[in-house]
Amino acid sequence: MVVESPKPFPNMEVPTEDEYLYCIRCGACLYTCPTYRETVRETDSPRGRIFLARKLLDGSEEITPNLIEQMYRCLACGACNVACAVGNKPADIALQLRWLAQQVEPAGWKEVVFHKTLTRPGLMEAGTVPLRLYQLLGFRTVANALRITSLLPRQLRDMERQLPGIPARTARSQIAEVTPAMGEHRARVGFFLGCAQNLLFTEGSKATVRVLARNGNQVITPRSAQCCGMPAIGYGDWDALRAFARHNIELFEKLDVDFIVTDCATCGSSLKEYGHYLAGDPVWAERAADFSARVKDISEYLSSLELVKPAGRIKARVTYHDPCHLVRAQEVRDQPRQLLQMIEGLELVEMNEADWCCGSAGTQIITHYETSMGVLDKKMANVAATEPDYVASGCPGCQMQLTLGCKRSGIQADIVHPVQLLDRAYQDEQD
Amino acid sequence: MAICTAVVKQLQAIVGRKYVLDSREDLLCYSFDGTFAEFMPDLVVEPGSTEEVSAILKLANEHEIPIIARGMGSGLAAGTVPFGGGIVLPLNRMDAILEIDPLNMTATVEAGVITFDLQTAAECHNLFYPPDPSSIKHSTIGGNIACNAGGPRCLKYGVTGNYVMGVTAVLADGRIIKSGGKTIKNVTGYNFAQLFTGSEGTLGIITEAILKLVSKPHYVRTAVAAFDSLDDASRTVNAVLSAGIVPATMELMDETAIICIEEAMHLGLPVDKEAILIIEADGFDQDGVRHEIEAIARICQDTGASSVQVAKDEAERADLWRARRSVGPSLARRAPNKLGEDISVPRSQIPEAVRRIKEISRRLELPIVVFGHAGDGNLHPNILFDQRDPDQWDRVQRAVTEIFAAAVDLGGTLSGEHGVGTLKLPYLESDVGRISIEVQQLIKRALDPKGILNPGKALPLMEPSSHD
Repeated sequence: MVVESPKPFPNMEVPTEDEYLYCIRCGACLYTCPTYRETVRETDSPRGRIFLARKLLDGSEEITPNLIEQMYRCLACGACNVACAVGNKPADIALQLRWLAQQVEPAGWKEVVFHKTLTRPGLMEAGTVPLRLYQLLGFRTVANALRITSLLPRQLRDMERQLPGIPARTARSQIAEVTPAMGEHRARVGFFLGCAQNLLFTEGSKATVRVLARNGNQVITPRSAQCCGMPAIGYGDWDALRAFARHNIELFEKLDVDFIVTDCATCGSSLKEYGHYLAGDPVWAERAADFSARVKDISEYLSSLELVKPAGRIKARVTYHDPCHLVRAQEVRDQPRQLLQMIEGLELVEMNEADWCCGSAGTQIITHYETSMGVLDKKMANVAATEPDYVASGCPGCQMQLTLGCKRSGIQADIVHPVQLLDRAYQDEQD
Repeated sequence: MAICTAVVKQLQAIVGRKYVLDSREDLLCYSFDGTFAEFMPDLVVEPGSTEEVSAILKLANEHEIPIIARGMGSGLAAGTVPFGGGIVLPLNRMDAILEIDPLNMTATVEAGVITFDLQTAAECHNLFYPPDPSSIKHSTIGGNIACNAGGPRCLKYGVTGNYVMGVTAVLADGRIIKSGGKTIKNVTGYNFAQLFTGSEGTLGIITEAILKLVSKPHYVRTAVAAFDSLDDASRTVNAVLSAGIVPATMELMDETAIICIEEAMHLGLPVDKEAILIIEADGFDQDGVRHEIEAIARICQDTGASSVQVAKDEAERADLWRARRSVGPSLARRAPNKLGEDISVPRSQIPEAVRRIKEISRRLELPIVVFGHAGDGNLHPNILFDQRDPDQWDRVQRAVTEIFAAAVDLGGTLSGEHGVGTLKLPYLESDVGRISIEVQQLIKRALDPKGILNPGKALPLMEPSSHD
C-alpha cells in the first residue's frame, strides 16, 4: 500500500512526482552550484530548492513569497542537472515553480512586458534612445515590476557598466531579409535574430550572417520574429512563452528553410525546447518538435559544415567562456573552440572552470545583485589568469556580464562573439 | 522549543544579523542531512570565526539551547538532523586553508574547508591528503573529523583520524581548547585531538585542524576486474592481500550497482556481470606500480575474473572514480528512498558478509545492493524502498537489525565510516556493550554537563547531571 499525498494544486501544471520525489539529499549538487558556493547556505542550493519544492507539492508547506523567492535565486545554469546521478533536475524544478506561482497568482507586469512589448519588435525598436532593450526591458521595467524601489548606487553604476556601446541602428535594419550565398550553394538557413543581438550586439549578428553566406548558405532573416521566450520562462510565464513559440514556428514554417540558426545561446536553448513546451498541445506538438529539431547554434551549425579556411591571421590570446545555455542546455562545448582554432595566429587559452556560470542569468544584477557579483568575481579571477586579449562567448547575457566583469577587475580585454573573430579572419583575406 | 527574542538579538550581535536565519524556508533547508530523516531547527546561526563559535556556545549553554554543528549535511546516519530543535550551526563560512607547510608536511585549515579543496591545495605542493570519502566534494574537514570519515584509499592510507595531528575545538561552555600540533611525536597529556575525532559534534565544536600530509604518489594505475560470480569477486580481495600486495583501493560493486551507474553515466561497464572490483595501485616507481597492477590482474584471473581492464589514461581513470562515487545516488533511480548502511568486518570475513547480506535480501524480499570498500572490510549494503509503504518500512528495519547482527557476529562493527548518529543508536549497545556506553556518557558529561551539544546523537541520552 502506498499512501497518496494530497495534491494541493489541482488543474495546474506542476512537476510530476518523478521529477522531485527521488532526491536522496546526497548533496552531490552542492559543489556545482554557483549560488551555494557563493553564500554557502543550504537554502541557496539545488538540494534545498528541490526539498522546498517537494514540501510545497506534497501539500505540507504553503506557497509563500519567500519560498518562490528561493526559486528566483537560482541562476538556472543547469550545473546541478548534470551533476545529479539520480537524474533529478533541480534547476528545471526551480523554473517550473516560478510558473506555478504565476498560475496561482498572475503578476500584472508580465502582461506588459511579455504580452504587449516583446511581441512587437517594432515597438521595442521605437523605444531606442538611448538604452534600448535594457531600459525597455531591463532594469526600469523589471525593477518597477518587482517593486525594487531602491537600487544601490554601486548597483546602478554596475548596470550601466554592463552595457556595451549602444549601436546607432539595430541589426534588423542592417541585415538584408535575404542574404545570398557565396560560392557553392549548400543550404537555405533561417536566421533567428534575438532581441539582445538585434538591439545591442548588432556587430555580432552581422558577422554571423556574413560567415554563413561566406560558407555557401543563403540566409533568410525574417523581420517579424518575436522573442524566443526565455525571459518568459525565467519569470515563470509559460503562457507567454507558448504564444511566442507558436508565432515563431508559424513564421519559420513559411520560410521553408533547412535549418534555423541563431547566434544567441539563450535563444537557441529556448527554441530547441519548443517541442517540449508544446508537447501537450494537439495542434502544435508535432510542428513544434519539427521546428526544434531544425534549430542550431551558429557554432554547432558551422562545425557541421566543411568551412572555408580563413586566410586572415589574428595574433591574439583568446579565452572562451561557456554560456550555460550553450554548454549544458544544448551540450555545445567543443564547436565554438573548434571555430576559434581555425584562425591562424590565434592562441586559445583555456581558463579554469570555463563552464562555470558568470552570474548574469538575465536580470540577476537587478534582482540579486550581491550574489550575481560574487559569482562574477569568481569567474573573472579565472579569466584574468589567462591574460587574454579577447574573451569569447556566444551569449549576449554573458557578454554583458563579462564586460562588467572586466571593468570591475581591471582586465584589459575585448568581449566578443566567437563568430566575430572568425568573420574578421575572413574579412582580412579580402583586404 | 522556541528561542526567546533576547537571545536571538544577542546571537545577531555576535555574528551579524544576516547570519542568523529564522525564515521558514531557511529552517526547512537545515532540517535534513544525507538521509530521509527530518526535523525543524529553531534557528540557524552561521559563525565566521572560532571566537564567534565560542560566544554562541557560551550563550547557548547558559540558556540550555541544543547546538547541532553541521558541515555540508551529507552525513548518512542522521547525525546533524536537529531532532528536538535548537540551533543548527553550519561551519561553512569558516573555509580558509590557513597554511600548507611543505617542510613539516601539514595543513592547517578551518573546519568548513571542503575536503576536495584541501586535496587540490595539497597537490599544488606535490603533497597528498589521502582520505577520500565519496562525498569528497560535498563534505567538510570538520565533518570528516567529527565522523572520522573513510573512503576507498583507507585500505592503504588509513582513515581521517590517522591524519589529525591537532584540533582547535570549542567546548560546550564556550572555552576554546587546542590540542596537538605539528609535532609527529607528542605524548604530553591525553590525546584530545583523537577524542574529538569521531565524536559527532557531541563533545565540542571543531573549528580548526592541523592535518598530516604525505608525499603524492607519482604513478597510479587502475584496473577493473569483472566477475560472473559475486562470491569470486569477494574472495579475490583476500587473494590479493594474502599475496602480500596492498593496493591503494579495492572497491566492490554488485550487479545492481553496476547497472545503475551505467544507466547514469554510460561508461561501458559490464552490465551482465555479477560484480566488479576497481583496484588501484600507486607509488613512486613507474615499473613498481606497473608490476603491482599486473600481479593483481593475474590474481584476479586465477580467482575467476572474466576480464581485467586497466584504465588507459587519466581521463578513463577519473571516469571510473566519478562512477564509483556516484554509485550511492545512482541507486535512487530504482526507488524513492534508500538506506545506506556501513558495516565493517575483518577483511577475511568479506565473502561471508556478502553472502549473508544477499540472503537477508532474498528472505525479506527487499533489494539490497552491495558495494563498498571491500579491501578494508567496509561494505555499504544499500536497501532500496519506498518509505510511504508501511509494510516495506517494517521490512527495512528488520533487514537493518539482521545486517548489524551479522556484522557483529563476524567480529565486525555497525559502522566503518558513517558514524552512529541517530539511525544506529538503537543497535549501539549490541556492538560496544553497556560499560562502553556508560564510560562514553561519563566523558560526555565531563565536557558537556548540560548536554547541549548534538543531544541524543552517537550515544543514548542520559539522566540530567546531578551536579547542576
